Amino acid sequence: MKEVKKQGGLNAEIQSRIGHQLRAMYDDVVRQGVPDRFAELIRKLDGPEAAAAQIDEPAKNDGRD
Amino acid sequence: MPLTDTLRDDILASVPSLRAFAISLSGNGDRADDLVQETLLRAIANIDSFQPGSNLPAWLFTILRNLFRSDYRKRRREVEDAEGNYAKTLKTQPAQNAHLEFEEFRHALDKLPQDQREALILVGASGFSYEDAAAICGCAVGTIKSRVNRARSKLSALLYVDGAEDFGPDETVRAVIGGNGG
Repeated sequence: MKEVKKQGGLNAEIQSRIGHQLRAMYDDVVRQGVPDRFAELIRKLDGPEAAAAQIDEPAKNDGRD
Repeated sequence: MPLTDTLRDDILASVPSLRAFAISLSGNGDRADDLVQETLLRAIANIDSFQPGSNLPAWLFTILRNLFRSDYRKRRREVEDAEGNYAKTLKTQPAQNAHLEFEEFRHALDKLPQDQREALILVGASGFSYEDAAAICGCAVGTIKSRVNRARSKLSALLYVDGAEDFGPDETVRAVIGGNGG
């Protein structure tokens, strides 16, 4: 860690490379767009009640661990 | 506010980045999509509590992050499984060198404490301001800044300092190291 701080120039290069890799990983998924299952889900829900009805309530099952 | 068609469209437009966030957090494509589905259902079920005009992506990310957190407490990340599943979510396999580098990066990211990983992703990849990231994580802006800094310095130690001699004739790395002299 000390090495990184000493070499300010190298550190800046490394940081920009890390930023680039992070965004590359993330944007790869973003570029896939909206999978059909989600487009369909949002289209068919006509309101909060319909959505609430589809949520499993985990608390019901393992509320006492 | 009520679930208008505009709001539906806006929610839908957030799905790609919600998925990217979920995959970055969980390291598992299948689980990430379950998280996104649960997030969308909860968002719509609680749409009345969304303040019109406020930041919709930040609101959705908050829901997803909280779901991931509560899920995480129940079952730990399956790191072994993560890479295989993540690879399946990629449309095109990167070229081999890039792929190795990618795996290495993914591994290093997995080694960060969860607080630091999520802060880094929100600020460094999702493009949220420190203020929005702090609101999403329910902590102070200064805390987010320090988590992001620690995440960056840990990643740089994991990826580029300890193993610096291991790098072969990779042009980018050579350029990085060479650039130091100038």
